[in-house]
Amino acid sequence: MAVKFKKTTAIEIEHAVIDGVDISGHWSRMFEQRVIFEYTPELIEKVTDLPDAESFAYCYQCAKCVPVCPVDIVGDYGPRKLYKYAQTGTDLLQSPGLWLCTTCSNCLRVCPKEVNMIKIMPAAREQAILDGNFVPKELQDAFENTAKSGNPLGQPQRKRDAWAQNAGVTVPIIKDLARPVDVLWYVGSYPSYHPRGMDAASAAARIFSALGIDFAILGKEEKDDADTQRLAGEKGLFEMMSEHNIQTFNKYEWKEMVVTGPHELNAFKNEYPKYGFDRPVLHYTTFLARYLDQLKPLLKHEINLKVTYHDPCYLGRHNGEYEAPRKLLQAIPGVELVEMDRNRENGYCCGGGGGGMWMDSYTDKHIKMRLSEKRAMEAASTGVNVLAVACPFEVSRFEDAVKSTGNEHVGVLDILELLDQSMRGKQ
Amino acid sequence: MSNDIFIVIEHLDGKFADVSFEMVGKAKELASVLGGKAVAIILGSGLPANGFASDTTLFVDDANLAEFNPAAYGKVVEALVKEKSPRLVMFGWTAAGMDLAAWLSARLGKPCVAYAKEIRFESGALIVNSQAYGGKMLAEIAPSGDLAIVAVLAGSFPVEAGQGSTMATQIASPVVLDGLKIKFIESVKPATGDMDITVQTKLVSVGRGIGGRENIELANELASALGAVLTASRPVIDARWLPTSRQVGKSGRKVKPKLYLALGISGAPEHLEGMKSAELIIAINTDKKAPIFNYAHYGATADLFEVAEAMLELL
Amino acid sequence: MNIVVAIKHIPSTADDLPIKGNNLDFDSLDFVLNEFDEQSIEQAVLVKEAVGGTVTVIGVDLIGELDGVLHLALAKGADKAIKITANEPGADSHQQAKWLSEAIKGLSPDLIFTGVQASNDIDGQMGPMIAAYLDLPYIGGVSSVEVAGDTATVNKEFAGGVGAKYLVNLPAVIGVQASTKPPRYAPISKVRQMAQTAKIENLEPVGEASAELTFKKMAPPVMTGHAEMLTGSSKEVAAKIVDLLKSKGLV
Repeated sequence: MAVKFKKTTAIEIEHAVIDGVDISGHWSRMFEQRVIFEYTPELIEKVTDLPDAESFAYCYQCAKCVPVCPVDIVGDYGPRKLYKYAQTGTDLLQSPGLWLCTTCSNCLRVCPKEVNMIKIMPAAREQAILDGNFVPKELQDAFENTAKSGNPLGQPQRKRDAWAQNAGVTVPIIKDLARPVDVLWYVGSYPSYHPRGMDAASAAARIFSALGIDFAILGKEEKDDADTQRLAGEKGLFEMMSEHNIQTFNKYEWKEMVVTGPHELNAFKNEYPKYGFDRPVLHYTTFLARYLDQLKPLLKHEINLKVTYHDPCYLGRHNGEYEAPRKLLQAIPGVELVEMDRNRENGYCCGGGGGGMWMDSYTDKHIKMRLSEKRAMEAASTGVNVLAVACPFEVSRFEDAVKSTGNEHVGVLDILELLDQSMRGKQ
Repeated sequence: MSNDIFIVIEHLDGKFADVSFEMVGKAKELASVLGGKAVAIILGSGLPANGFASDTTLFVDDANLAEFNPAAYGKVVEALVKEKSPRLVMFGWTAAGMDLAAWLSARLGKPCVAYAKEIRFESGALIVNSQAYGGKMLAEIAPSGDLAIVAVLAGSFPVEAGQGSTMATQIASPVVLDGLKIKFIESVKPATGDMDITVQTKLVSVGRGIGGRENIELANELASALGAVLTASRPVIDARWLPTSRQVGKSGRKVKPKLYLALGISGAPEHLEGMKSAELIIAINTDKKAPIFNYAHYGATADLFEVAEAMLELL
Repeated sequence: MNIVVAIKHIPSTADDLPIKGNNLDFDSLDFVLNEFDEQSIEQAVLVKEAVGGTVTVIGVDLIGELDGVLHLALAKGADKAIKITANEPGADSHQQAKWLSEAIKGLSPDLIFTGVQASNDIDGQMGPMIAAYLDLPYIGGVSSVEVAGDTATVNKEFAGGVGAKYLVNLPAVIGVQASTKPPRYAPISKVRQMAQTAKIENLEPVGEASAELTFKKMAPPVMTGHAEMLTGSSKEVAAKIVDLLKSKGLV
């Protein structure tokens, strides 16, 4: 590999008289380009040579990223450290650190140099996969399941809309309706298959129905968005799935798409446009916040709970939506909303993003506790009864975490479920 | 050149395969038309070789031939065929015959017809029907020349016609059987531990139509609800969705249950061989032209998942 | 270990097979990789991983669409891909085996894998023919392969779950029924990378052989018996089946 960084000599002018004034002293090295030459740049170049990963080289070791990195808080990590490890002989493409990043984007928020781990990590992971390097087994299974079954859980495609039978309201399938609709609701894999996700999906169906929204779902035609698989390194799989999904989306007439999950929002709003899909997509919190006036009269039952809200990385930091979820929670009579210390732009990651959802037993070996456990403890320390979430990855992650940290008294509920409870009374 | 018909007999653990008797019966019929002899060729060691209805039985009795060995068997059959120039050489389309038929064809430069279902001579010309393309097509074929090889699907002809008491003539191997490139080491018995599907009265069997591992559970539920055992055709076993002990068909087990409910099984000849004598066969397949419907007593062109789920509700 | 996998592109039986004259209408068929070749490719890669070496996948390109299959094989761990461009969609096993043998000869392999059979092997399978043309031993119906030095220990499957172990002197041709482990998932990124970057060696067909068969007729089998078809919706079919089973005392 060609060496791109040349050794330069630092300038120190000890004796200088300018315009008769003696300004001898130490010249700040910051005025000259200074390249670290004590270390070999090969392993850094191995990363920066990858498409979209050149910003890895911008790191100047200021360490602003480390205290905000959710993984460093439970381990020894952070983009700055990855750079340093690469300098001192660790090949990122073959190190456990490659798989720990959750692409939460908190580092990018504070980085003065815009070192973009959201682009670096997927590129480095994809290369590791192409090189045939180690890839955590659970992650490979999630890839294979997505390719073969259309969802990372490996559940049958034919059961994608089975949850709708127990929603208690009619959930129209767009193909059967055979007419244009206002809202195409993309349900998502976890709301379609995970038992707790199905609860949220059913709640959403009841809320949409009560609001009289003209909506439909794709039913058995819906497949995973695969954005998280992309961030975990399987870009080819993402492209394959996006081709399928865009074709399906464009088969039908609808005005806007509402998604249950922030990862799907990110996929359809920020990534699919690169592949020719450019139609309005909203997260359900943004969408429902628009209907607050119609929604409020429906929220008849008081829910006397102290609630804290966890900002999903891909709803907040990645897509800028912090207020709609809070507005919805505050619209529920009896809910007292309290904030955790880390919230909004500095919200702590649940550990599920960037493929973390499918690597827990691997990442467990490299951190002191799961990110979801750390966050569950933070929630519990505010003295709340409920940790409210707005991402389908989170319900199962936090339910496990409140149990494993001895905080079972904190319930984990999707905002959809809280709204539904207030609408119907606790079931 | 003769008008004789060679039948290469197959045996496993001292027991002759049904297909060998089937072929002997057919060969007799063909040989009488041609004015030749049906010659059963047994390769083995110390076998009770006198149970065939062939016109002649040649028993090449050699310790090197005790167990099937494609290298040894190939050499011996090739030598006998070269020496005696029969009109037709018949193999079973079986694990053993499949190693030899096409090989001999290429060695001799003589035609071969596999997946053979029916064989006849029309005014001296050989016509073979081959059931290829997963059983979806029947090709009527005329092999050229004066010597042809066929590999016959088991179950094509009656077994009884080949059973008899022709005294075998023991002969020495026409070739020296040393320096073989393949050596038999040992037999491998079927895995025990799982159940014996051949003694079950009710089987629910799944094929490629089951789609994926994630759908096995539904089939299992249906089997349980029916008090049946879940079995499968080869693609499901090769994908390791079920253990090999559950395989029905040529390379699996031959079953004869009271009920065989075939879900998403197209009915390739290799599978039919293992289940077609079940007392009641019900087949569900989305392809209305699936060969399984030609053997099933009842059938439906339907989505197996929808039918299975609806049945579960009723049971 | 220099390992070669000879693959076969065959008409897909998923859909109706169109007929033209006395044979299939080869010009309007979809072609797919023989399903047993997925097993043989996996077995080759497993052997390579166990003892080292290279895997070369080679096939006859009958309709100009073999590249996709070869890219997949490369993504699964094959090192090299070769196609023999023939553009003869109806080429029989004998002819394909001959072309492949001539090409494989130049590769001096230690081990050749093929799928044990293919659904269009009307004139027999390519594996034993390649062995005959190259004067190598052949064993098929194999469900596991272990290589040590210049021998391979294989398990051959007979009927009824009975099998046998054989020791095979290499070089040899092995017809794979099922690989020791099920075929692996190839990351789609890898398949797409191969599609963009892989170099597929292109060979002219050399050598002639023929099945020596004349097709008199090709048609779906006409059966005397046919299932009594249960009609209606899936629910109705299910109800009819359950009634039938009840009437026969099977539930």
